[in-house]
Amino acid sequence: MRQDHLITATQLSRDDIEAVLDRAREVAADPEAYADRHAGTMLALCFFEPSTRTRMSFDSAAKRLGIDTIDMGDVDSSSVSKGESLADTVRVIEGYADSIVLRHPSEGAATLAAEFVDVPVINAGDGAGQHPSQTLLDLHTIRENHGLDDLTVGIMGDLKYGRTVHSLATALTNFDARQHFISPESLRLPRSVRFDLHETGAQVREHDDLEAVLPELDVLYVTRIQKERFPDENEYHRVAGEYRIDADTLEAAPDDLTVMHPLPRVDEIAPDVDDTDHARYFEQAHNGIPVRMALLDTLLENAEADEGMEVDR
Amino acid sequence: MSDHELRVSKIRDGTVIDHVEGGQALNVLAILGIDGSEGLGVSVGMNVPSDRLGRKDLVKVEGRELSQSEVDVLSLIAPEATINIVREFEVVEKNRVTRPDRVAGVLSCPNRNCITNADEPVETRFEVVADGVRCDYCSTVLRSDIADHIDV
Ligand SMILES: [Zn+2]
Repeated sequence: MRQDHLITATQLSRDDIEAVLDRAREVAADPEAYADRHAGTMLALCFFEPSTRTRMSFDSAAKRLGIDTIDMGDVDSSSVSKGESLADTVRVIEGYADSIVLRHPSEGAATLAAEFVDVPVINAGDGAGQHPSQTLLDLHTIRENHGLDDLTVGIMGDLKYGRTVHSLATALTNFDARQHFISPESLRLPRSVRFDLHETGAQVREHDDLEAVLPELDVLYVTRIQKERFPDENEYHRVAGEYRIDADTLEAAPDDLTVMHPLPRVDEIAPDVDDTDHARYFEQAHNGIPVRMALLDTLLENAEADEGMEVDR
Repeated sequence: MSDHELRVSKIRDGTVIDHVEGGQALNVLAILGIDGSEGLGVSVGMNVPSDRLGRKDLVKVEGRELSQSEVDVLSLIAPEATINIVREFEVVEKNRVTRPDRVAGVLSCPNRNCITNADEPVETRFEVVADGVRCDYCSTVLRSDIADHIDV
């Protein structure tokens, strides 16, 4: 991957993705070999939105590469609440760290941050925009279970605001994958994502319910439908209830169906699914470590190479 | 001298934006950030008969030339427009607008949650796509509603 930052899934080619996933495989096979690879460097964790798992996942991945991490802490206690712009914040943090992981409630935040700093920026979620490092670990999980070609994927839940969905759907267009989108009418894919899918010639197949497509699927990617997306609570309960799965639902699924979820789940996947062979969401979460290690390793390597070329620029 | 020529040559120094699609004249003024309070001499012709467009609008602004960003956005709502620069009553330069790859500034992103709407030190930037423009930051696509998002 010859990229300086990871901002959106649209920037990733098939080669980029496979290069990172190949490296993730190597990391998983021999983590010791990577243990001190980036000792003496520093990663800044900048989460302008609450997150525990993504933050911890990056923290853990960094430390396993010998990278030290510094954490901006909660937004309430930082200068952000005093009205500092993101552009200023990241320019200050650039002086403290060799790379930045950024989560922010506004769409486009990571794009903006990358314009103001020279160190690698990884988008760990920008509003209802993108979450490309999640996508890499999603793709790793799919690849290890099914491979990435001749694949049928169903993506279900909140497709409108779900940033993991946006990144995954665009990234899958690099592969021979049929995609089915299952959601209530009001939570279908936004225009921006449809645009990217149409650009690549991908077909957007939309469904109101899972039943008809379930038997065809290799992968079912479930996301949470949030209460705040609905004007009233009754409407939420009525709609969300139709997009829950349990072990019974999966009776109609192929034996080798892989069920994924970016987590945290609330009740969209019943606990009885955990005991089936379909459940891969914990494996998926664990894959965050080797994949984020591979990603950090790649971006830092690219940054070092860039530094070496500085004179020629 | 035809009526048409009379109309476009009446200002002394400034810009005449001609062959604007009928109905877009006020949007042209919005792109230029003109609301009358600047004290510039402005005249607007609406629904003037035109061979090329059937009916066209035109806008004449005394003492003002256009920036590239303004011309770029103008091309989106008035792709047939010609821009005449007038000095001492003479048209000294006449240009057709061309569709740019990107437009910077002038438009605001319709996505309220876009980082460009959050008091950051950046100009908006949109990629010009087949049937509209697309925010470089949040990817929101703006189509027929471009004129509603002129930032004045
Ligand atoms: Zn935007």
